Amino acid sequence: MAQATPNTQKSKSRIGKLVSNVTFWRGVVAILVFLALWEIGAQWKGWFGYMMPFVGKVAPPTDVIAIWMEVGQQPGYWLSWWLSSVRVFVGFLAAMIIGIPFGLAMAVNKYFRGIFFPPFEILRPIPPLAWVPASIIFWPTTEMSIMFITFLGAFYTIVINVLGGARSIDVQYLRAAQSMGASQWDLFYKIILPGTLPSIFVGAAVGMGITWEVVLAGEMMSGGGQQGGGGLGFFIWGSYMGGVMDQVIVGMISIGVAGYISSSLIRYLGHVCMPWRRMF
Amino acid sequence: MNTASAQANSTSSADAATKGAISIRNVTKIYDPDGVNVLAVEDCSIEIAPGEVCMIVGPSGCGKTTLLNAIAGFHSITSGQIDLDGEMLCGPGKPLADQGADRVVVFQNGALFPWKTLADNVAYGPIVQGTMTKAEAYGKAVDMLAEAGLSGVAGKYPGEVSSGMARRAEIVRALINDPKVLLLDEPYRAMDALTKSIMHESLLEVYDRTKVTIFFITHDLEEAIFLGDRVIVMTTRPARTKKIVDVKIERPRDYRLLSSEEFRVLVEETKGAVHEEAVKAFEAGERELA
Repeated sequence: MAQATPNTQKSKSRIGKLVSNVTFWRGVVAILVFLALWEIGAQWKGWFGYMMPFVGKVAPPTDVIAIWMEVGQQPGYWLSWWLSSVRVFVGFLAAMIIGIPFGLAMAVNKYFRGIFFPPFEILRPIPPLAWVPASIIFWPTTEMSIMFITFLGAFYTIVINVLGGARSIDVQYLRAAQSMGASQWDLFYKIILPGTLPSIFVGAAVGMGITWEVVLAGEMMSGGGQQGGGGLGFFIWGSYMGGVMDQVIVGMISIGVAGYISSSLIRYLGHVCMPWRRMF
Repeated sequence: MNTASAQANSTSSADAATKGAISIRNVTKIYDPDGVNVLAVEDCSIEIAPGEVCMIVGPSGCGKTTLLNAIAGFHSITSGQIDLDGEMLCGPGKPLADQGADRVVVFQNGALFPWKTLADNVAYGPIVQGTMTKAEAYGKAVDMLAEAGLSGVAGKYPGEVSSGMARRAEIVRALINDPKVLLLDEPYRAMDALTKSIMHESLLEVYDRTKVTIFFITHDLEEAIFLGDRVIVMTTRPARTKKIVDVKIERPRDYRLLSSEEFRVLVEETKGAVHEEAVKAFEAGERELA
């Protein structure tokens, strides 16, 4: 076990590992090539006098970065980040807190499933955005209604994944546990819950993506008044209304980065919570 | 109490076993999915002595597992009675046996919990039964894994070890409960011949040490004769006992037995009966399709 080779590998820092990783560099090169093509396409008119379709209408990355540097010094931009992140976080967390027990309850109890699954299935296809008007009426503040629709965005995905995951647990695990004298609570807590964890994290990852999609749309529609204003969605909308296209792109990329950070966090959490899946 | 008796078990291995007598009397099981009666087991009677290794051989789908499930308490029986050490598990008025750690099952495809390390898997039974504290159970699990030659992998997850190691750990997980009977449902089915032979010797070694009653389902006749005290050949569905073969080969046994004359003779004697049922099962399967 404790040979010299794995030890020296372990002593390498994470960054050291990253730098020596071919996959990492492939990704870096891919992004650089993409940016270069974008730059060339966007600059084509200035350089050759002919406007490239689509990409020619967009600001080149160099301009976007310049604007970003400028925008990055304004507290308003970071406030947008903060506001959107809080909405996503609250909606997502609520979806997890309510969705996981709800899904598990439907998985383990046929009466509960019989009562709640049909209405759930009718509500599920309704897009969260269709809830916007109703949500504005339901909730006292716009802030809360935005959080509510972000909650809806993640909730259905999480519940469906939890339900499917819990019900597909191999019956042999349950029988093995029962034959060793496990109580109902042991079965739930030590078999069904860990057995469902992988599905919970799949649901969380997908749900997190939907949450970002929904929060942006919610913010765009909120109109950025005193209540429920700001956020990256409103940043984009406001920039578009003000005719600052470079800033729109800054907003778009910001969302991409925010989504990436969120899903990385979930992957990391999954890694911590499910050590047995590390070798897969 | 559990600890004490388990220790007693491993020290006084040569003593004749006193627990784990199974009495299956006139058991019939009819499955009734969608109103179509399927007679899985018909009027089946088997007496298993304490500490016996009883091998059940029969064609696929003949109802062997139904019998095991009835003993384990996974499925009810339609009529008849099954006793364990004189106490009724299931029978008239109580079609479904209670599940209990006195009858631990080792499954076909392996059922170690993938989210627990081998040691945590083994420690699971005593912890949920409340017979040991977590620390005691874990310590005992590590000891027992070491006894089974698995000390190096006690901290690993099932997905990280070979299927042979996983299966051995699973038997350790059953034994830590100090069961009266081990119920093995084709545990070595998907293994290659070499791994299988190692598994067999390791099971024999465990048996010689613990003298636990073993109810072992297989359709590998040579496996049955190599391991068993008695081989019970079942008919194709509905399962009844067709032939009972006493294997009077001395223990401890090892792989050399496989090439011995007495082993060959026993296999030859029994092969016919098994083959006949396999052919019947095959033809029945064709009729069902036609």
